[in-house]
This record gives sequence, C-alpha cells and structure tokens, in this order.
Amino acid sequence: MSKRFGAVRAVDDVSLELKKGEFFSLLGPSGCGKTTMLRLAAGFEVPDAGRVFLDGRDITDLPPNKRPVNTVFQSYALFPHMTVRDNIAFGLTVAKRPKREVRDEVDRMLRLIRMEDQADKKPDQLSGGQRQRVAVARALVNRPRVLLLDEPLAALDLKLRQKMLIELDLVHDEVGITFLYVTHDQAEAMSLSDRIAVMDGGRIEQVGAPAEIYESPRTGFVAAFIGDTNFLEGRVRECPEADYCRLEIAGLGEAASFNDRQVRPEQAVVLSVRPEKIHIAHDRPEDAPRRNGFPAEVEDVIYLGASTKYWVRAGDHRVQVLRQHSRYFYDDRPIRWKDRVWIWWHADDGFMLEGVKSPQ
Amino acid sequence: MRRSRFPVAVTAAVLAFFYLPIIVLVANSFNPARFSSRWQGFSLVWYRRLFESPEVWQALKNTLIVAVAVTAISVVLGTLAAFALHRYAASRLQRVHYTLIYAPLVVPEILMGIGLLMAFVAAGVPLGLVTIILAHVTFCVSFVAMTVLGRLQDFDFSVVEAARDLGAGWGRIVRKVLVPMLMPGIAAGALLAFTLSVDDFVITFFVAGPGATTLPLRIYSMIKFGAPPMINALSTLLLAVTVTAVLASRRLSRSKR
Repeated sequence: MSKRFGAVRAVDDVSLELKKGEFFSLLGPSGCGKTTMLRLAAGFEVPDAGRVFLDGRDITDLPPNKRPVNTVFQSYALFPHMTVRDNIAFGLTVAKRPKREVRDEVDRMLRLIRMEDQADKKPDQLSGGQRQRVAVARALVNRPRVLLLDEPLAALDLKLRQKMLIELDLVHDEVGITFLYVTHDQAEAMSLSDRIAVMDGGRIEQVGAPAEIYESPRTGFVAAFIGDTNFLEGRVRECPEADYCRLEIAGLGEAASFNDRQVRPEQAVVLSVRPEKIHIAHDRPEDAPRRNGFPAEVEDVIYLGASTKYWVRAGDHRVQVLRQHSRYFYDDRPIRWKDRVWIWWHADDGFMLEGVKSPQ
Repeated sequence: MRRSRFPVAVTAAVLAFFYLPIIVLVANSFNPARFSSRWQGFSLVWYRRLFESPEVWQALKNTLIVAVAVTAISVVLGTLAAFALHRYAASRLQRVHYTLIYAPLVVPEILMGIGLLMAFVAAGVPLGLVTIILAHVTFCVSFVAMTVLGRLQDFDFSVVEAARDLGAGWGRIVRKVLVPMLMPGIAAGALLAFTLSVDDFVITFFVAGPGATTLPLRIYSMIKFGAPPMINALSTLLLAVTVTAVLASRRLSRSKR
C-alpha cells in the first residue's frame, strides 16, 4: 500500500501480512507511518495505491463501520456521557443484537477486565489504567477479526504500563484474536509481540521475531533504533572460511566477524556490536579463535543499578560496554575512570551491515 | 497600619449605582401607591391589574411565540454553523465565515434594526411576528454558534471515529454521541437565544408591525401613556425570567461535558 498526505509519503509501497492469531507490532519513531498503517487497516484512511485484504476478502472499499476490525485508540476515546457498561455495549447495540445477549457479553467482558463492580461508573470516575481496560473491552466485545491498538499504553506511567503489558498479553492469550499493535516503545513491542515490523520513513525496514530483530538487524536503522549498539566502519579484508571474515576497522585494527551477508573482500561494511556483548577487564584476555580483543582506556563510568555502562576509548573509537553486576561490593578490582583496560567480543556477536553510513 | 476605606466605598458606590434602580423598581412593584414612591405596605395589586389586562396577555403570547420559534431556529442553524467553523481548515473563506457569524454581536442594534426594516420593506414582506422572528434569528444564531463553538474547541473527535469503528452510521453518531456530548453547549446557547429574544427592544421596535406587540414594546408604550406601577410589576417579572435563564445557561456551560 501507499498513502501520501500532501508531499509526505506516510506509507511508501509497503506490503505486510499478518498471521491469524498472532500479536504483531508496528514499531518506529513518530512520523514513520505506523499509525497511518493502522488507520488504513481500520478504514479511516483510504490507500492511494494497494489493497487491504482480510481473510482473503478485499475490504479496501469498506468504510470503518462495515469492517470486522476494532480499534483501541491512544486517547481511549470512551464516550464520556455513557457508563462503562453502555460504552462496552455500544458495538453490540449498534449491531442490533438481542438485549439479553448484549448483557451477557458485556458481563463476560467486565469479568475479563476485572471491573464487574465499576460497570455503572462514567469514564471520568475511572483511573487511566481502568479506562484503558474499558477501551480494550469495548473493542473486543465485538469479536473483531483483528484488534488494532494505537499506542494504548502511551498515556500511562511506567509502573502501570508494565502492569497493563502483562494484562494485554493475558487478554491476547485468552481471546486468540489477531492483534496489530502500534508503538514507538521498543520494550513494549519486544515483550508482547510474536513478530515486529520496524518502520522508518514510510517503509518497513525489517520484519521478524523480537530476538531476530535485536540480534540480527538487517539495516543500520534497525540496529540503532532497537537497543544500543556500537558502529565500527571498516572494510572486508578476506573471508578465509565460508562463515567468517576478517575486517579492517579504520582506526582500531583487525576484527573477525560472522558472515551471514555473503560479503566479498574489499567491500565497505559497518560492524555493529551490542554493548552487553563486549567484555571488559583489566587483564588482557587469552587469545582464542574468533575473539576480538583491543586495549582501551575508560573515559566514562555510568552506574545504572543493575548494570554499569562504560564508555571506553579504543583506537579512534569511543565504544560503549555494558556490564552486569553479579557482585558489586566484593568486586576486588572495580573498573574506574581513566583505568587502562581490555575489551573483547566473540566474532559471532558482531553483525555486519552493508551499504549503510554509520548513523552515529 | 490601618487599611484605607476608599476601595470599600468605591465598591459600595458602584454596586449602588448598578443595582439600586433595579431594587427600587422591584420594591415599588409591591407598593400600592399610585404616584408617590412612599411605601404604603406590601401589595400585589399591580400584579393583579397586570394579569387582568388583555393587552399584556397578548404581548406575552407574542413574546413567547417569537422566543420559542427563534430559539428553535437559532439552535439548529447556530449548531450547524459552529460545526462548519470548527471542522474545516482555516482558509480565507473560513475567516470571512467567522466574521459574518461574529458581526451581529458587535454591530449596533439600531443599525441592524434599520437595515432589517429596509430589507423587509424592499422585499415586500408584511411586518408582523414573522419579521420579528427573522430579525431575532439574525443575532441569536451568532450567540448559539459562539457557545457551541466554545464547546467544540475541547471536543475530542476521536470519539466520533470510535463510534464509526464500532459500526455506527452517521445518523446514530449524531444522535447518540455528538448531540448528547454537546448538549450543555447547545442548551446554554438556546437559553441565551431565548433570553435575548424575550427582552430585545431596539430591533423589534423597527420590524414589528401593527398588532405584533411584544412585552418590551408594550412596556414602552405603557410608559408613554402612563401606568408606571404596572410597568414595575411587569419589569420585575421580565427580570425574574431573564435572570433565571441566564443563570441556568451559565451553569450548563460550566458543567463538565
């Protein structure tokens, strides 16, 4: 599909297929086109080119009120003049379902969101988390083929967000409906999704399972957007084995890397290494096959509670290294500012990116 | 340090200047004396005389017919105008539209009265209740539009999308979502329109034909022919009606959604 607003290509020739029952996330920075994708699926926007299919049926020309999908809005968009019960019942009443059935279905939903005792309250008497649950129930009660969620947790504070994440996951497991979830928060997408599509500039950069996206990003954007990483620009020197190459990193030295890209000698590449994959110690590591080790000097130490982040200078590069505290108080030689240290990582833990400029 | 009594004195003087005439008028409406303003005991004689006067009843009937019709027409047109003003992007045409809606609030009434009179005469419309209704609608629409527009400004239109998403057609959205949610604004506008129509004098004076006398016009002619105590009673009643309506309107526009 494609969709432009004036000169802006909000969605630029994107193709996407959801599997029945999966929890699928569209992840990207604001303005990447993820919300437009959702609105195209809901029917609030009409694509300039392309079609929308649901169970093999072309629904592109159906207005939102005729599509068997429902939306949980970012602002929840609850009807303020109606009680919780009437809000949830709205869709069923519109569909002219028998009164008795409506009551039973709404009761079932109230149990699911554990708000049986709040049924007669108005939305402004509820907390943020409760409103969010009502918004989910109001959409789910219609048994949509796909539930569309537009940043449903963005308005909540951190603790509540974590709680609602678990609830959403439970609800998804219980109802077995396909969820299309839009978010800019990678932690949300990572913890909930079966698959994630990372979007930028109206295009999909990569689709895959959370671990795949994190451990094996296909583009520099994905590598930089999901989690932290170090980018080291260099050139392929040789690939003596089929699976491994030796790279010349400008201003650092030689490094080995797993080769899943079929790169050739002399090709320019960017080596990306996640901070938690790099080891740091005062002593020089033993030489081992496919281990990349470099001397470095500590420039910054950032204590993060569960871990500490070190910014070290290795050659011409500033490299970030993350180390978990297994024991904090009994660390006999803690690494301090200006210490001379060694950093190293295994060739399997770096990944090469082709044809990208370092985003840093 | 002693605090100056000056501000208190000024406040008292201003309040007296504003409200003393009204208080005197209301008090005198219960005073049976015909000419003097000396208090001769509480009495409802002027109210009784008032209700026995067929002209007053006729004027009251006219006023109510006009006010109800004006309110109904203004609410529909004003609400639609507010929607048009809010929903469509700010273009030059939209600014003109806004100015046109806003103008009747600031144009001098006497100008509106003369203008409308000339228009009706030129168009050959016989003067009567219909012309009064049309004239009142011209400015009441603006008040309704502005009140509803204020309500729309903090209206979250995602509820309209939510209703569509849940399968509702436009008819149902208007009946079940838009109108109930905007009701406080619409009702406040309606009360304002009603009040303005009931006590409008200047414009009505120009466009009322023979036999189409409203209460304010009746009061004026009664002053000319001299029956002051009855006017006091009538004015008091009018005051009670308008104050009630305005208070109700303010309460509605303040209420949360």
